Amino acid sequence: MKKSGIIGSVLVALVAGGALAAFAIAWRPAISAIDPPAPQSFDPALVKRGRELAAIGNCADCHTVRGGRDFAGGLQVPTPFGTIYSSNITPDAETGIGSWSEIAFRRAMRSGVARDGQHLYPTFPYDHFTNVTDDDDQALYAYLMTRPPVRAAARQNQLPFPLDRRVVIAGWKLLFLRLGTVEPDLNQSAEWNRGAYLVEGLAHCGACHTPRNALGAERTSARFAGGEADNWNAYAINSRSPSPVPWDTEALFAYLRQGFHPDHGTARGPMAEVVSNLSSVKESDVHAIATYMAGVFGAPTPERKRQGDEVLAQAKFSSSPVALTDAAGAAIYAAACATCHETSRPLPYGGVNLALSTPISAPDPRNLVNIVLSGVRPVEGERSPIMPGFAGSMNDGQIAALVGYLRARFSNQPAWTGVENTIADARRTQTVFLQTSAGPANAPADPTQRDKR
Amino acid sequence: MMTLKVNGHDHQIDADPDTPLLYVLREDIQLNAAKFGCGLGQCGACTVIVDGKAVLSCITPLLLLEGKQVTTLEGLGTVETPATIQRAFMEEQAAQCGYCIAGMMMRAQALLQKNPKPTDAQIRTELEPHLCRCGTHMRILRAVHRAAHLMQTADASPVQRSAQ
Repeated sequence: MKKSGIIGSVLVALVAGGALAAFAIAWRPAISAIDPPAPQSFDPALVKRGRELAAIGNCADCHTVRGGRDFAGGLQVPTPFGTIYSSNITPDAETGIGSWSEIAFRRAMRSGVARDGQHLYPTFPYDHFTNVTDDDDQALYAYLMTRPPVRAAARQNQLPFPLDRRVVIAGWKLLFLRLGTVEPDLNQSAEWNRGAYLVEGLAHCGACHTPRNALGAERTSARFAGGEADNWNAYAINSRSPSPVPWDTEALFAYLRQGFHPDHGTARGPMAEVVSNLSSVKESDVHAIATYMAGVFGAPTPERKRQGDEVLAQAKFSSSPVALTDAAGAAIYAAACATCHETSRPLPYGGVNLALSTPISAPDPRNLVNIVLSGVRPVEGERSPIMPGFAGSMNDGQIAALVGYLRARFSNQPAWTGVENTIADARRTQTVFLQTSAGPANAPADPTQRDKR
Repeated sequence: MMTLKVNGHDHQIDADPDTPLLYVLREDIQLNAAKFGCGLGQCGACTVIVDGKAVLSCITPLLLLEGKQVTTLEGLGTVETPATIQRAFMEEQAAQCGYCIAGMMMRAQALLQKNPKPTDAQIRTELEPHLCRCGTHMRILRAVHRAAHLMQTADASPVQRSAQ
């Protein structure tokens, strides 16, 4: 055999081997379609457990559009790479997951593969859901398969080539999908371990609160160091938390359970839906999440604790304004804000004392600007905090003056830069702010009740 | 003393800068279309238009209005020559007790100025901050659609209408 022939054979072998390896990485078989199982075939107790798990997983938030049918998908999710639409996870056979067996459902949760073998975009946080146990997947499956089926075809994602090719996701998974990342820690309590399982798995807290790298994966070196969600800052929830008063287990529990804490204010923006869901699940699970997260925040340093105590003491007595760096901002605060924020009406109906406000002490003014512009809308069917928005009555200059004054008076952080840009950007996206839906709370868990909505 | 521009006229107002616009409109200028409902910016009865945007006048202090143009319902039309939006609300008989209606009309007017052909869903979303306890919501919706339609046609002008 000639030399060139040998090289040729080796090349062919290499290409074939490479193709085979790529195929092995990327190809997943379809799992046979089934007829949608009858709702009555699921144990009501299992369905009920699935409802709580779906609430902890916040499934409805992404899989329901405002005013649309529960779990029918279609929500527009903007990403740095393009727009992705959430899918229909009702048991409709053609457009939902009605033809998915439990095995297919579990595979999607564990490794982000649809029933037909297509890779799913990691907007669906299977990098967390991979940690969910078989038992919990079974309960989630039972819950979803007993929801009213809705015929709603998936909307076409808007992604540039080559990201529109799902085979690309196989490469992403190779780099970033780690199976079984939660190992029980025997040195910690059972409650802490339960919290770790929920936070790192189904509750997928890091999906918003951990920053992402250039390829859209969570940066494992910066866990819980603060990320982004729907044009809101998802604050750092580790030792870098910007909260004026340090968080502890009981404060976290109260906040997650009832949606506010007197030392921290109310949960709004995308977090509103999360706390609304957590108000309907087992108290012990919320406490477990709080216990684990308190460990992630870590005990405050003595200096941080002292500062927190100072802020709390100061907040009790409404202090007179310190050096008025911005008279225009001070006047706006006194006329438009102080009437609620300096009354002693308790939360959530009174305004939080702004010395305790995390947005004002945060590294970036985005959340503060969002709230000044849009206010806090009442949530349908719930008792909830309210604040009117000022988008119509304040121009950009007035908002900038107010925001600058609040920062100077109520935080010990340096002035923000680029506030004007933030205001302009927030005005553009304002229409999508503070959208909340009552979520799956309206959907009876008992499958026999499904037609009585 | 500050100058407040309302319905195209300058008014010299002698009031504290933190006085809500609603009080000045009703008490100093005797423009009583905007209503006091909740005083917390949660019911919409006090809505007026400031520089083209619907604004809750009960929580808008005077000091925010320097150099801005305020429009109240009185600035849109009169009993004799109602504006299109007012005519549409009358033709649909959208008011029952009427307390919320001035605010509803002002926000609907601001909506139609920036979006002449709103969908049902857009009207509902826009008017969401407004409460109506009588329950004339369906008539209000129809009235906004009617106003949008009238504004698209030559029939819109109240002057032409009175000439018919």
